[in-house]
Amino acid sequence: MTTNWTISTVREAIAAKKASAREIAAEHYKRIAARNPEINAFLTLCEKRAYAQADRVDAMVAAGKPLPPLAGVPLAIKDTISTRGVRTTCSSKILDNYIPPYDATAVIRLEAAGAVILGKTNCDEFAMGSSTENSAYGPVKNPVALDCVPGGSSGGSAAAVAADLAVAALGTDTGGSIRQPGAMCGIPAMMGSYGRVSRYGLIAFASSLDRIGPLAHNVADVAKVLQIIAGRDPNDSTSTTAPVEDYAEGLAKPVKRMKIGIPKEYFGAGMDAGVRDKVEAGIALLRKLGCELMDIHLPHTDYAIATYYIIATAEASSNLARYDGVRFGPRVEGDSLIATYRKTRGAGFGAEVKRRIVLGTYVLSAGYYDAYYLKGQKVRALIAQDFREAFQKVDVIVTPTSPVPAFKLGERVNDPLQMYLADIYTVTGSLAGLPGISVPCGRIGGKLPVGLQVFGPAFGEVKVLQLAHAFEQAGGAAL
Amino acid sequence: MKISREDVLRVAELAYLDLGEAELETYRAQIDEILEYIGKLNELDTSKVEPMAQVLADEQTADATLREDLVVPCAVADDVLAHAPDPEPPYFRVPKVIER
Repeated sequence: MTTNWTISTVREAIAAKKASAREIAAEHYKRIAARNPEINAFLTLCEKRAYAQADRVDAMVAAGKPLPPLAGVPLAIKDTISTRGVRTTCSSKILDNYIPPYDATAVIRLEAAGAVILGKTNCDEFAMGSSTENSAYGPVKNPVALDCVPGGSSGGSAAAVAADLAVAALGTDTGGSIRQPGAMCGIPAMMGSYGRVSRYGLIAFASSLDRIGPLAHNVADVAKVLQIIAGRDPNDSTSTTAPVEDYAEGLAKPVKRMKIGIPKEYFGAGMDAGVRDKVEAGIALLRKLGCELMDIHLPHTDYAIATYYIIATAEASSNLARYDGVRFGPRVEGDSLIATYRKTRGAGFGAEVKRRIVLGTYVLSAGYYDAYYLKGQKVRALIAQDFREAFQKVDVIVTPTSPVPAFKLGERVNDPLQMYLADIYTVTGSLAGLPGISVPCGRIGGKLPVGLQVFGPAFGEVKVLQLAHAFEQAGGAAL
Repeated sequence: MKISREDVLRVAELAYLDLGEAELETYRAQIDEILEYIGKLNELDTSKVEPMAQVLADEQTADATLREDLVVPCAVADDVLAHAPDPEPPYFRVPKVIER
């Protein structure tokens, strides 16, 4: 059978009865069995659920019914997203045995659209990390370069797609956790605007930043998955009723004369020379496509990481208060209730999570709130304002996704600040609530992938997808 | 030094988080470095800036009003209790809270 399935080839094969949904699912499980022991992308497989869904799709084919948009498409779901009856750990020991009693809205919508969920993917614990090395279940290896990290925190989702173990995947992005692993594994990966996709069933890390979004083999597939999961959900009051546009239709629009802003601040010190070469070649390609490029300034860019690590850790310290060994997860018994909380949390959380809980509690604590948390919220307003002003002049903004390509496993684990700086170009759009995609932009030395990031104004998903698609079609991945 | 050993102990107390002796010093040093880095925000005068307390602009949330308060079936108690560390249906059992 085909090696590189896409959403359209899966649907066509099923509709033409060249392959059944069950056969396609089985083929993916075979690949997972062969490849996963090495790359560790999947933590839990749900074969029973997948085959039951595949059989429903095959029954539709047999009955001559019209096929839904993702009929038989094998997907991987990040383990921070709840799946009813299927173990969901957030890659943490504190949720080691957690079986959610409900499905996330995104999961319900994907299955209603015919998708076959293969299993749950590895990630940094509670999505806190940029390399997937902070998983309690071992790191993920980058399928493109096995001695390197896949990026993070959605490293399992990115690796699963890049290794052809799934046709597409859901990841979650708080400061770059979809886009950065997408870039490092060489696949397109997108977060929609804040409020575009329901987070109901997403296990919270930082609620003013967390988003669910797709990773896939091509931009058209990213658009197809986003189309299904986007839109208002009464179970998430932060999801908006803003109409969901037709993304497939948007992809076809020409990009000639599209105004693209290139922010100088994203090409400064700390940027790998190989990344710079590829991104500059990418920008040259956009010029060839007839786009109008202009230099812009986003003057508060340099403050984004500091702002992000105040806001994200503060929110995390609050969200993670729920893990107390009472309702779910393992419990470490103490001689009082408080001692039980303390011991359970001390034993259940990994180092990065504890570090962030301490930092987040500190920046919210009496005497430090104004100096850190309030200050962070104010600088966040300035960062968002930078983008609003820029989008008065340009349609989209193009930057590198990450300052560095995939780095070696173990290289940054003992230096949290260096690890945080890997998110320097992605956190800005997270703080501002904007849609952003990373699209492949060549490989350094023909090996390590580079990502080109496109930001749009809030709810400007169509422009973002349109440009990314045109860039991909023009050969961006082969630069 | 931005954060002391006592600060970390106090914060861990607030967060109900047991930290071992080695962890305590490692995190203190790492968080100290992070706070040092975060200090760069003080280069900015934000005295006239309104804090950004929510992401969506008013026009994007105006229609996202609260949903109607309807009673819907939610029969998950058995599922939830089945995986609890110490269930005593219909309760979660915890160590003694009140001394008699």
